[in-house]
Amino acid sequence: MKMHMVQAINNCLFQEMERDESILVMGEDVGVDGGVFRVTDGLYDKFGRERVIDTPLSEAGIVGTALGMATLGLRPVAEIQFQGFVFNAYHHLVQHAARLRNRTRGKFTVPMVVRMPYSGNVNALEHHSESMESPFIHIPGLIVLCPASPYDAKGLLASALKAKDPVMFFEPKRLYRAFKEDVPEERYEIPIGKASVLREGSDLTLVSWGAMTYVSSKAVEKAEENGISVEQIDLRSLSPCDYETIHESVKKTGRCVVVHEAVKTLGFGAEISARIMEKDLLRLEAPVKRVTGWDITIPYPKTEEYFFPDEKRILEGIEETVNF
Amino acid sequence: MPVKKVFEGSVDYIQILDKNGKVDEELEPDISKDVLDKLYRHMVTARTWDKKCLALQRTGRMYTYAPLVGQEATIIGTGMAADKTDWIFPSYRESYLYHMRGIPLSQINISWMGWEKGLQIDPEYRTFPYAIPIGTQLPYATGGAYSMKMKGEKSAVISFGGDGSTSEGEFHDALNFAGVLETPNVFIISNNHYAISVPRKWQTKSETLAQKALAYGLKGIQADGNDVLAVYRLVKESARRAREENKPTVLELVTYRMGMHTTSDDPKKYRSEEEVEYWKKRDPIDRFRIYLENKGIWSEDYEKEVNEGAKQKVEDAVKEAEEFKGDPKEMFNHVLADMTKNLEEQKKEAFKK
Ligand SMILES: Cc1ncc(C[n+]2csc(CCOP(=O)(O)OP(=O)(O)O)c2C)c(N)n1
Repeated sequence: MKMHMVQAINNCLFQEMERDESILVMGEDVGVDGGVFRVTDGLYDKFGRERVIDTPLSEAGIVGTALGMATLGLRPVAEIQFQGFVFNAYHHLVQHAARLRNRTRGKFTVPMVVRMPYSGNVNALEHHSESMESPFIHIPGLIVLCPASPYDAKGLLASALKAKDPVMFFEPKRLYRAFKEDVPEERYEIPIGKASVLREGSDLTLVSWGAMTYVSSKAVEKAEENGISVEQIDLRSLSPCDYETIHESVKKTGRCVVVHEAVKTLGFGAEISARIMEKDLLRLEAPVKRVTGWDITIPYPKTEEYFFPDEKRILEGIEETVNF
Repeated sequence: MPVKKVFEGSVDYIQILDKNGKVDEELEPDISKDVLDKLYRHMVTARTWDKKCLALQRTGRMYTYAPLVGQEATIIGTGMAADKTDWIFPSYRESYLYHMRGIPLSQINISWMGWEKGLQIDPEYRTFPYAIPIGTQLPYATGGAYSMKMKGEKSAVISFGGDGSTSEGEFHDALNFAGVLETPNVFIISNNHYAISVPRKWQTKSETLAQKALAYGLKGIQADGNDVLAVYRLVKESARRAREENKPTVLELVTYRMGMHTTSDDPKKYRSEEEVEYWKKRDPIDRFRIYLENKGIWSEDYEKEVNEGAKQKVEDAVKEAEEFKGDPKEMFNHVLADMTKNLEEQKKEAFKK
């Protein structure tokens, strides 16, 4: 069936909640309203208030409570309405969600999923356009996933709901309804920690995830028209990250461009670039290029377009690297 | 051992002007004709402006907007009751307050039209930049109030938050610190019955929001938030208590969000027509109009004049705001006080031809 990402995630939640009675959904406006993006639409009618909980307005409360539920036998899917509002809950994620397994040498675990719409350029108000995956990738003990298509969204979320550890699930809201694709009705999983090679190529490796994969694909098509052969990798899983696939590709191409929406400084591109330096230095034909957001506060909607990497900037990055 | 009661508390509910415009003469505040006139003009202007903003958003001339319709009495009553030397910490829903504090209406439009310039507000107006993250302004209001106290300024700090905001930890931090630090705060809770789709009864099991004050040793009062006389009187009294005695108060103003949460929201998903009708009959402007008529202030001609004035003001403000053209390059200029080399380079790259 053709689905956009909202439908694919919704479809997955329906199926998973039917499959496993310990799964429940909680967050601000996720019940009666079906979520501000309608991702949880219909769940309340089907599963009722005990399993689809419109919580009080408190991110710390949502994630803290979810952690307790997860530890004592449930599998909550907590929604943070916008990624920019997660930081009240960061405390619980860092202090306990990420450490409980380690502190108890595996006796206590936190199998929960925290869903967060992230990404920008959708004319939203302040704090609604953030792309702050790095602070989560930075924490040992958290799994960080970020799908770039409806198909991957469903498969990754299904895996997240069987994961043994807390999963931060970044949903690119810019892609929520951007396009539809074939999504199987039946349950399937996409393995955590495995990148997807969207296109094979020989001149340059392009690495991205989430909303930027969509934008990058357009730039890659242009590059191909200009005679540059690009190998395009969509990471899907940011932690654990499939560095092997990146290394293999860079060994072949000798060039790499990383694209992310987050600000440049300490964005995940910095880590990827460093890893390539560590392993593939002698294979490199050009420095690893990062095309990213600037090191500034994301602007208000009127001028936000200047902040986000677009097709043009990505293409320039590709050409600059190939012509180095 | 006999059981002792160690705490007992209660919360008063106050209404001065009922839904039919009937006034409780014992509680009626003594307000000059000039102020009554201003209260009405502001309420009408706020509603006119609000309607215009919605229309602008619907035609792509404004971004996401959070309508104030139905909550005029809480906003205007407070704006009129506050002294110029008091501080106000509004939420996004009270952005009209900037205008009452002396800032041109066009500047607020510029903010909702997606320019940072809209919040480039001189601190001399004593109005804090509104916050989008729910409840964050509340502890800042407590800290601000402590500053006023330490500096010997006799200023109350009046903050706003919604019913939803009372669930965030910040709300509790703000009240607790205010109690312990004995700060000159007035915490207004605009209980408009919804936090987006979540009804007030799912926000907390407490019967009132005002009673949360008691747990922190503060005074808590609940009032009809659609009664501008009650709002005006209670804010005046609480602000005086704050300034003169450093005693913080929580004021729960019971009102109703007549419009959608923001322009991205569809309230039909979660509330009934009957409920909206019930609140329509409790409109803050309708009842105040009756009051003013009984005071000999309101007449058909007056109504016409007020409405025309409001319309003109709003049109002028929109025109001025739409003529505003900011410089995108500015996005690099205020990250830190001094521009870094890194940002200078990025700025050049961002705006290269
Ligand atoms: C920390 C945080 N979480 C979530 C949101 C998304 N959000 C915006 S407004 C809102 C409801 C606010 O309700 P309330 O405090 O009652 O104020 P109202 O909008 O009704 O005036 C929510 C959940 C936010 N802005 N900030």
